[in-house]
Order: sequence, then structure tokens, then C-alpha cells
Amino acid sequence: MNRTIEIKIPSDPKYLKIVRRAVAHLCELAGLSRQERNNSMLAVDEACTNIIRHTYKGAPDKLIVIEGTIFNDKIMFVLRDFGEKIDPKTIKSRELNDIRPGGLGVHLIRSVMDEAIYDNTPEIGNQLTLIKYRTKEA
Amino acid sequence: MKINTRTVDSAVIIEPIGDIDLYSSIEVRKTVLSLVKKQVPFLLIDLGRVEYMDSSGVATLVEGLQATRAYGGQLALVNLGSGVKAVFELSRLDKVFEIYENLEEAISKC
Repeated sequence: MNRTIEIKIPSDPKYLKIVRRAVAHLCELAGLSRQERNNSMLAVDEACTNIIRHTYKGAPDKLIVIEGTIFNDKIMFVLRDFGEKIDPKTIKSRELNDIRPGGLGVHLIRSVMDEAIYDNTPEIGNQLTLIKYRTKEA
Repeated sequence: MKINTRTVDSAVIIEPIGDIDLYSSIEVRKTVLSLVKKQVPFLLIDLGRVEYMDSSGVATLVEGLQATRAYGGQLALVNLGSGVKAVFELSRLDKVFEIYENLEEAISKC
């Protein structure tokens, strides 16, 4: 049986810590390694940060829904926002040699997760699916 | 977020306590930029009590690094835990910042 949790938060940065704690605990329940847990926590946090900053443009009262599911071979997080549609083609990491503040979130997400699938086809808003497959050591 | 600040020799040590994310990085930025404004010659960020940092925290420190270098100052990082260090490595910024294992080593470089 798949095990799923759902967290709903306002798009206010003060709630990010709650999301990280929940993600970390779900990863522990899934038996993931410490590194996999930290990576999942970072990816979901960065994805929420991008929603707050780019989709909701800093408005603190919009809705973010995070669904986390434990599968036998992976853990999956689905993030939903209900803001302006973002074209997945425009979501790019910045050049790392260009040392400047900002623009690292997408790079970090793609570095630590096995899959990051951006989808703007829901009727309202956007959806991001993040997947981390279990390693043999986990 | 609680942030301790103290001076040792010519260095000002900033010690944030807790996670540095989109929410708390605002406080860190304020502290760093207030010292940058005073053109402190050596700014040392002690991350020993920071368990988690995201790209907002990294961006804040990059901004501080560039601002200190602009007036000929130095900004260095010390006491990075494995999680925080990993974020700098993933961002390939571990070669951009001066990073020290402990305060004694960092202060000796002032």
C-alpha cells in the first residue's frame, strides 16, 4: 500500500520549516538514508521558495499543497500552486560560473532529485513532481 | 532567528542560530549588510549552529562576499556542517568562498 501525506500551507516563508520537518519525517518513515532525507528536504523547500517568489510574487496568503507518497522503490512529492502559469521551458538553472546572488534553486532541485517534472497543464496553476529513488544502502 | 555578533581582533564574527531559509535569510542579510556598510575588514560567518541552509541563505552570503570584496574586505565561512557544506558544493561555491574548519584557523588568517 502506498502511504501518502498532504500538507497545505499559506505561501508565507515562515511555514517552510514545517514543510521541511514533515518531509524529513516522511523520509525517515520511508527508511531513506540521511543524505536522501536532506536532499528531499532541500528540493521541496527550494520548490516552495520558487512558488512563493516567482508564481505568487511574494504574496503570503496563497495556497501551496504538498503531497508526499512513499512507494516501495521511491519517494515522490507533488507540489501544487494555483497562481500564474509558468512555461516549463523557461525554468532553467543559471550558469554556475556566473557568481551572483540568486538563481540556484532549480539547479539544486535537479542536482539532488532523480526526477523533477514541471507541468503547467492543470486547469489552474502549476504542478511539480519530485522523485527520489531508493539507493541500495537505504 | 537569533544572530550573535562579536569582535575578535580585527574580525567581526556573525553566528546565526537555526535554519537559514527564505524566511530567516532576511535577518542574516540585514546583519551582514550593516557590517558591510561599516566596511569591516574581516567578516567571519560562523555556521556551526546552522543545521540547514537553502539557496536564499547562499544568495545572502554571495551578496555579502561581493560587497566586502568591493571595498577590499574579506568574508569567510567557518564551521560548516555536512548539510550546509553540501549546498555550497552543489552550487560550486565551495571554491569561491574562503572556508575554514574552525574559528582559530580563520582568525589566524585575518
